[in-house]
Amino acid sequence: MAGPINWLSQVGSITKFGLMSIPQRRGAATATIIGIAGVVAVLVGVLSIAAGFKQAMTVSGSPDAAIVLRSGADSEMVSGLGREATRVIADSPGVARTAQGPLASAELFVIINLPKRSTGTDANVPLRGVEAAALQVRDNVRIIQGRLFEWGKNEVIVGSGAAREFGGLDVGSTLKVGRYEWPIVGIFSANGGVSESEIWSDARVLQDAYNRGDSFQSVYVRLNSPGAFQAFKDSLTTNPQLSVKVVRQSEYYAEQSETITRLITTLGFLIAFLMAIGAVFGALNTMYSAVAARTREIATLRALGFGGGAVVVSLMIESLLLALAGGLLGGGLAYLAFNNFHTSTMNWQSFSQVTFAFRVTPELLVRGIAWSAMIGVIGGLFPAIRAARSPIAAALREL
Amino acid sequence: MKFLHLVWSNLRRKKLRTSLTLLSILVAFVLFGFLAAIKHALAGGVELAGADRLIVRHKVSIIQMLPESYKARMERIPGVVLATHQTWFGGIYQDPKNFFMQNPVVPEEFLAMHPELILAPGQKQAWLKSRTGAVVGRKTADRFHWKIGDRVPIQSTIWSKPDGSRVWEFDIVGIYDGKDKGTDTTALFFRYDYFDEVRRQSWGKGQVGWYTIRVKDPAQAADVAKRVDQEFENSSAETKTEPEGAFVQAWARQIGNIVMIVAAILGAVFFTILLVTGNTMAQAVRERTGELGVLKAIGFTNGQIVSLVLAEACLLTVLGGGLGLGLAWLVISRGDPTGGLLPMFFFPTRDLLIGLGISVVLGIVTGIFPAYQAMRLRVADALRRM
Amino acid sequence: MNTQGNDTLVSVDGVEKIFHRGAEEIHVLSNLQLRVPSGEFLALMGPSGSGKSTLLNLIGGLDRPTRGTVSVAGERLDQLSDHRLAAWRARHVGFVFQLYNLMPMLTAERNVELPLLLTHLSKAERSQHVKAALAMVGLSHRERHYPRTLSGGEQQRVGIARGIVTDPTLLLCDEPTGDLDRKAGDEILNLLQGLNREHGKTIIMVTHDPHASARAARTVHLDKGQLSNEPVK
Repeated sequence: MAGPINWLSQVGSITKFGLMSIPQRRGAATATIIGIAGVVAVLVGVLSIAAGFKQAMTVSGSPDAAIVLRSGADSEMVSGLGREATRVIADSPGVARTAQGPLASAELFVIINLPKRSTGTDANVPLRGVEAAALQVRDNVRIIQGRLFEWGKNEVIVGSGAAREFGGLDVGSTLKVGRYEWPIVGIFSANGGVSESEIWSDARVLQDAYNRGDSFQSVYVRLNSPGAFQAFKDSLTTNPQLSVKVVRQSEYYAEQSETITRLITTLGFLIAFLMAIGAVFGALNTMYSAVAARTREIATLRALGFGGGAVVVSLMIESLLLALAGGLLGGGLAYLAFNNFHTSTMNWQSFSQVTFAFRVTPELLVRGIAWSAMIGVIGGLFPAIRAARSPIAAALREL
Repeated sequence: MKFLHLVWSNLRRKKLRTSLTLLSILVAFVLFGFLAAIKHALAGGVELAGADRLIVRHKVSIIQMLPESYKARMERIPGVVLATHQTWFGGIYQDPKNFFMQNPVVPEEFLAMHPELILAPGQKQAWLKSRTGAVVGRKTADRFHWKIGDRVPIQSTIWSKPDGSRVWEFDIVGIYDGKDKGTDTTALFFRYDYFDEVRRQSWGKGQVGWYTIRVKDPAQAADVAKRVDQEFENSSAETKTEPEGAFVQAWARQIGNIVMIVAAILGAVFFTILLVTGNTMAQAVRERTGELGVLKAIGFTNGQIVSLVLAEACLLTVLGGGLGLGLAWLVISRGDPTGGLLPMFFFPTRDLLIGLGISVVLGIVTGIFPAYQAMRLRVADALRRM
Repeated sequence: MNTQGNDTLVSVDGVEKIFHRGAEEIHVLSNLQLRVPSGEFLALMGPSGSGKSTLLNLIGGLDRPTRGTVSVAGERLDQLSDHRLAAWRARHVGFVFQLYNLMPMLTAERNVELPLLLTHLSKAERSQHVKAALAMVGLSHRERHYPRTLSGGEQQRVGIARGIVTDPTLLLCDEPTGDLDRKAGDEILNLLQGLNREHGKTIIMVTHDPHASARAARTVHLDKGQLSNEPVK
């Protein structure tokens, strides 16, 4: 009794019987679905933290922009450049120019303590002094409320992430740093990038407030094209007057996000893997009891001439369907609960807070559902084989 | 205890089902142990903080430095027993990924301030004698296979020497251990006098990162903190003083609300396990309706029936929980899985006990509904279903 | 051992039992009287659905009458709480079921030991009682066997051993031979008869098999909730 059509219809009818019997074991089936949903929700949820953090960091750097630091410095925090060096850098070949001059912003980077809204405890919030080109050397920075600070005045603008996560950063209020007071005159966005975690002021004004003389910590430049980077880098690193390190913005941020992304991803996978093992046991349990409850029915079908292979496949389909239901449920829950969940964390390289939003990307959802399918297949395989192997005569006698 | 055999043989009746349930419980508790260790590694320093210690830092932020001269002024403030400082060195050993802290300190004051770091007297003497000497924690020493007598080059991201080089060499003269298993033994400490003399004249000389103060009476800590901040009010470097515990806690919270995230994950895990185990128990009781009827006919009281079912559920969860916690302990004691990002990675005893407690509660919660159903069975009906 | 048996052990007076099936009331027993003297071997016969098992359950304290009184050895069972009833059953009554109702995951000796778990006997004492009971039913050599490895007759003998191991006042048997062939059934009946004659056990046995009831000292018939032609013999 061969023929693929016949075989498929066998599989179809056994699967149908199985699915129809689910209401009778809804306890076990629900436990399996929710168990797998839990695995997927946790996997997707934890990885969405890493995805969100990584996105905040990588959206910030465009390939035709570069950062120059003191050589040996791994972040702006520990870097230092004199005024003369910043001029040489701005005038280097490859730097894009407009009528106002080169697109280069020499910047200062310090940290101030502000309370985190969520916990009330102090957090290291970055305060950045910038030059006029700052808005052109970065992508997508724009004022969304209020106005830009006036150059030369003690005024600041606040990134939208910082305004959301830290206390006292509303337009109209005043930021007190040491003995200085800085009115907040605007809020800016940066398409979710790291700049949104920062507070910006005029670099000159910040130099005075911090007794920095005429020194900076970094220079941000916009290049003529992504391809201009190598020439720009070579001209600076071969200049005997300078001792600097030149990196693409994109690489700089990718490197800064690497530690945390690695930590979260490692832990996330580990946790989800352990949970998945637990869920496989749960699924095995359900399918074994499904098989046990249907021993006689399956034996009867086989006595009537249904093939063992069809039994295996249809039981696997049943398990897979239960698992996919769990996967979809878990992915949906994770999306509802975590997508766009705003928070902030410490960027260890810059020693300061980065605000970001969890991102439940389509790729993560696909991954979560793939995991659920895998759990379903493993959970269904052994019980299915057992069902197909049990001697028909003995099974018929049972019960 | 005479009922134990009965409970046990019930569990053995469906060995496959029992094993699978046991394994899912086991996995949940492995996760519990693991997350407890992670949580502790990220946020656990608070419990180890000295109650009699205060941290004094620059009011604006910890990256602003404080004058070395503050020490003498602090020690004159009533209630202060001792003040000592540390400075962030920001060094890299071989690769930036090999992160650990290296700070210049004044050895004698520093050791007096931190009795939780245990250094052999001979090694302490050697440190006092050697200007370039450094002591390192056991974990880091083991990690890089450093021995006493080794000379280790560390490149500072911040501090340069007069010749412009940033590579500092230190002689390992001692290896310290922690008093508790939670004590961080990853940091390297070297001598401030050497550091201050060598760091470039142009920047930072006489400036230190932060101070640690010991107060005479922990109950007075808040008052002392206020007095310290008042002392330096309106100076060029105003201070912010807080108990070491609060400082550590704020630091941990900068990473994020770890406790909440861990709780959310564990919530999801245990909810899942609750369902799986609860379902197993419900199935087990359903199958046994007739037998439960026989037990009742024989004279088992409702209380005894409930106890039997609960005992079975608890035996299952405690067994799974105990094995899981044990396995977690084994895995965790093999050390930090991230390769250095979590220096204090271990399984806290308190969480081990909490885990055992949870396993009992899990048993009761999953057993209570089936137990209630078993109790409500009418004997005459149940016997018919044998 | 009490072998004379003139004093009344079980007395059932004016008992009525009504079951509810939805809105419908089913009168299973109505105004029923029964006295069983101590030391008697009584057979309770009747067609299925006549209420034999219900009456046995009332006498065994597994259920309570809707009306009327049931007393055993002076104890009013209809007035005891669930908890007290359970304790009473543990002390005073042994059950033997048609389908043996053994715990499949326990060995013969562990099955027999079950009722003893409810007493204050030590482990050694329990084991002694179990051995004695198994010896009485002739199964000493099978004590480590699981029920599934025993024949039906053997399983029922384990069931009887479990019923008598606490030396109860009363042994209640519900169709003890109903699931056995003639030969095995005869052995069980011999055993019950022996327990009654040699050990003075009061036994009430529900059966619909005249061959079985013939072994009893007295037979009563239950029909439509009433006992009739008592005694028949």
